[in-house]
Amino acid sequence: MILIQDGPAETTGFMILGYAVIFGVLLLHVLSLSLRKRNLRRDYDLLKDLEK
Amino acid sequence: MKNDYLDETPQLLKVLNWISVLLLLIASWMVFFYAPLEAVMGQVQRVFYFHVAAGWLGMAAFFVAVVAGIAYLIRRTAKWDVLGVAAVELGLIYMFVNIVSGSIWARPAWNSWWTWDPRLVTATVMELVYLAYLMLRQGIEEPERRARFGAVYAILGFATVPLTFFSIRIWRTIHPVVIGSGDAGAKGSFEMTSTMLQTFMFSLATFTVLGIVLLWHRYRLGKLEAQVEEMRMEALDY
Repeated sequence: MILIQDGPAETTGFMILGYAVIFGVLLLHVLSLSLRKRNLRRDYDLLKDLEK
Repeated sequence: MKNDYLDETPQLLKVLNWISVLLLLIASWMVFFYAPLEAVMGQVQRVFYFHVAAGWLGMAAFFVAVVAGIAYLIRRTAKWDVLGVAAVELGLIYMFVNIVSGSIWARPAWNSWWTWDPRLVTATVMELVYLAYLMLRQGIEEPERRARFGAVYAILGFATVPLTFFSIRIWRTIHPVVIGSGDAGAKGSFEMTSTMLQTFMFSLATFTVLGIVLLWHRYRLGKLEAQVEEMRMEALDY
């Protein structure tokens, strides 16, 4: 058992994983907003055509 | 409901889009290059900056949902309901980021992905309570009734937010407290240097602006959703 830590722990992998989740979710969120907007615009245009 | 959605995107929103991207880039640079390496935990401590900022954004969004809920119950106008749903959705996404990034930090810091600590439990309960808000809305067809029930639920559900925020200040916990003093048994605490504090505050400001931008976009989307739904109903009547 190591009682004295020599320098900071090697945790780079966890940091990369953490930021991959943070930026990944942010990207998915923006993408989802954009796709939903596109689909709704398409529905809106279709319904406008039906009204004519 | 007036359709301003298909109008031109407001100039202010366009400017805020670019400001939020710029702020996110600067905040990321500060997190990875400006803030010093923490002496014990190492690189994983950097997760802390966006982990707390995401939690702040999530809780602030739930607060907006309460304000929208109260406003809906007073005014009975659909725009407040649209804002309420938009805020809950935003809160759910960023509380999810907060919980998952916290779990990733906890693995090296606590030697466990998950522990039944008051903060982790209350945060998860809060997430589930607001997830149930969306499920409740799915189960009600009549729009006015759905909005009214949603508004009341969002207001009652907010009780979980201060409970989560204060959980690490009132109960014995291993979760560190950033502002104020925490439990002596907290694991993963660290002394914040001035550059760490600057990075932390900048991350909070960045996520605040980001939250406003995303909420605004989601609100406009909600208004279009309502408009399309209305048009669909009219088309069915023909």
